[in-house]
Amino acid sequence: MSHLLELRNISKVYSRGLISKQSTTALQDFSLTLREDEPSILTVAGESGSGKTTLAMLLLGFIAPTTGQIIYRGKDISTLRGSEKLAFRREVQAVFQDPFAVFNPFYTVDHLLSVPIKKFKLAKSRAEARNKMDEALTAVGLRPEDIIGRFPHQLSGGQRQRINVARALLLKPRLLIADEPVSMVDASLRASILETLRNLQRDHGVSIIYITHDLTTAYHIAKSIIVLYRGAVMETGEVEAVIKHPQHPYTRLLIDSIPWPNLDQRWGEQKIITRESSGAGNGCPFFSRCAQANEQCKNPAPLFSIAPHQAAACFLHSNKPELEAAGISETLPT
Amino acid sequence: MNVEQVQNTHPELVLAETPVLQVQNFEVTYYTDAGRAKALDDLRFSLKAGEKLGIVGESGSGKSTLALAMMQMIKTPGRIEGGQVYVDGTELMALNAEDMRRSRLQKIAYIPQGAMNSLNPVMRIGAQMVDAVISHVENESKAEIKERCMLALESVDLARGTFKMFPHELSGGMKQRVCIAIGILLQPQVIIADEPTSALDVVTQRQVMETIDRVRKKINAAVILIGHDMGLMAQFVDKVAVMYAGRLVEVSTVRQMFTDPQQPYSRALINCLPNLENKGVFQGIPGLAPSLLRLPGGCAFHPRCALARDICKTSRPEPQSDKSGRSVICHLFDKEAQNEPSS
Ligand SMILES: Nc1ncnc2c1ncn2[C@@H]1O[C@H](COP(=O)(O)OP(=O)(O)OP(=O)(O)O)[C@@H](O)[C@H]1O
Ligand SMILES: Nc1ncnc2c1ncn2[C@@H]1O[C@H](COP(=O)(O)OP(=O)(O)O)[C@@H](O)[C@H]1O
Ligand code: SF4
Ligand code: SF4
Ligand SMILES: [Mg+2]
Ligand SMILES: [Mg+2]
Repeated sequence: MSHLLELRNISKVYSRGLISKQSTTALQDFSLTLREDEPSILTVAGESGSGKTTLAMLLLGFIAPTTGQIIYRGKDISTLRGSEKLAFRREVQAVFQDPFAVFNPFYTVDHLLSVPIKKFKLAKSRAEARNKMDEALTAVGLRPEDIIGRFPHQLSGGQRQRINVARALLLKPRLLIADEPVSMVDASLRASILETLRNLQRDHGVSIIYITHDLTTAYHIAKSIIVLYRGAVMETGEVEAVIKHPQHPYTRLLIDSIPWPNLDQRWGEQKIITRESSGAGNGCPFFSRCAQANEQCKNPAPLFSIAPHQAAACFLHSNKPELEAAGISETLPT
Repeated sequence: MNVEQVQNTHPELVLAETPVLQVQNFEVTYYTDAGRAKALDDLRFSLKAGEKLGIVGESGSGKSTLALAMMQMIKTPGRIEGGQVYVDGTELMALNAEDMRRSRLQKIAYIPQGAMNSLNPVMRIGAQMVDAVISHVENESKAEIKERCMLALESVDLARGTFKMFPHELSGGMKQRVCIAIGILLQPQVIIADEPTSALDVVTQRQVMETIDRVRKKINAAVILIGHDMGLMAQFVDKVAVMYAGRLVEVSTVRQMFTDPQQPYSRALINCLPNLENKGVFQGIPGLAPSLLRLPGGCAFHPRCALARDICKTSRPEPQSDKSGRSVICHLFDKEAQNEPSS
């Protein structure tokens, strides 16, 4: 059995401020394995600041982990050079959260899309390149003839976001990291883009890491889920179990905050306890916001295995067997 | 019962007054190289003080264009071709550039799509707030202006210390609340928020929406919430307007929209909504959003409409209103057949 990707005890600490040296642990001792032979869709969920984008940047090799190793098809990505590096750059693609930030404002859409085609030699002729572009744009619900000569500022928010997705489709990667890819499109398009992503996984063998705070779409597209909070894993497992029967107080808060499109299911029965700047030192990161916190929670909470495909890092489950950090992958069905 | 309670239980009682916002026959065109694109076509709607309207619709249907046009912030190649926007009696489109500049923030405020990313990264929050209002409040002292900003920050649940911070020191939700604070500095009568939470997680989103609601109650402003999240609409607004290809194809109360939508596109939109019972079912609306450059004749939705008839291909449906005030653009809508809205 070979691994597409292995994260071995990754941590990422950002330090800022030259004088006061504050530091933020954006990701803490995170381990994960994705298998090559079974492409899957894994959701990484959590509120803003929980470390999701940091994880995406690490996977893409844009930033280096503070400790730990990222192994892509048997090689540490920090050691990739030359053609191996180029292959990695093509095989691992990303769709980013913020469609306003990523585009060079002086390039038209066709230019934006032709750059990767040239760089990775995806087409032999101009006509072939144009065909590929058209195909990718159509797959995300855009009309090539309307879009292609436009500049980013001439597009709506959702149109820009979809061009991001189209760019990733074009490259037919092995691993796609999608950071909030549908936050700015309507329910109908959201459904069709997610379906496009799922087909990519099912029919083209692409593994997808779907990063989101939207648990309803996560539920529909993914098989498994990891819930992060302040850089630490709170709950992991099969998406069905985690969303329908959340075991961690933080997952429960997330699920309670979903605004359901249902007038009789009112929003947020649970009051939001505002976050304090620091939690319980190195104890449970959710301590300061948890209504069920007790003395024990000032210690780090390990993952407790609740079922074969569900584990939660919370002392409320301390009667269950402990799971080591590297055991996360086993709780995730593919 | 106090006013707030009445407002919660019987919004129609408090709101039964003349509209604070009236938009009439509003039309905007983008003159692109490829041709003319009518981005807003004969838009009409009104809002009462304190009322919350949600505008939903496919990406590219014209929602942000509407917001920008109401603020007279449309840039070339876009042009406002006609129509009126009354805010508390003042017709905004008739104002000259200077008067319009004064009306922004004072009468009508706009929190743009992606606002939190447009904060200047090298400028302190306070300086950006002062910048936004300084020309509006020439007779206020520096200290008064600062106090005004502090109060606005407090009313969106941010500490006074935020005034001295830089954007990168704030989380996404905090930055978004700063943008709301800027929007309400001069206590406008109308606040337009363009996807204020689509980049935020559900918990932060709930906090931001609760903030907007609190501020709305405090200054009794009408709020227009532009967005895609029907869940958010269900939880937040009083009325929903559905935009399709530059037209408001249905405007109704939130209850009518969610329980008994009338226009086929809005019905399809409601049917796309996810729930926990149909895992893995992705129900999109078949077909692509039409190109504004080549709109289908008749009803622009006809190529995608399951109920389309011959007349839909040739004749353009006009808005019709029923007794309840619901407005629908569809040949099949029978305004007489409507039941009383269930209360
Ligand atoms: N400056 C411009 N020049 C040409 N066309 C434009 C310009 N700005 C917007 N458009 C077009 O006008 C239409 C409406 O755009 P608008 O930004 O109002 O959409 P929207 O409904 O807000 O979409 P989203 O939900 O994706 O933000 C789109 O087809 C868009 O491509
Ligand atoms: N370049 C950076 N410098 C300093 N801190 C950062 C940087 N990027 C992210 N952080 C911090 O790391 C944490 C996780 O951020 P991020 O990965 O962006 O979270 P998410 O994507 O889940 O919102 C946050 O506290 C954030 O402020
Ligand atoms: S470990 Fe304690 S503080 Fe943390 S979530 Fe569980 S009960 Fe709450
Ligand atoms: S007018 Fe005809 S095509 Fe248009 S929405 Fe109504 S039934 Fe469908
Ligand atoms: Mg992020
Ligand atoms: Mg928009």
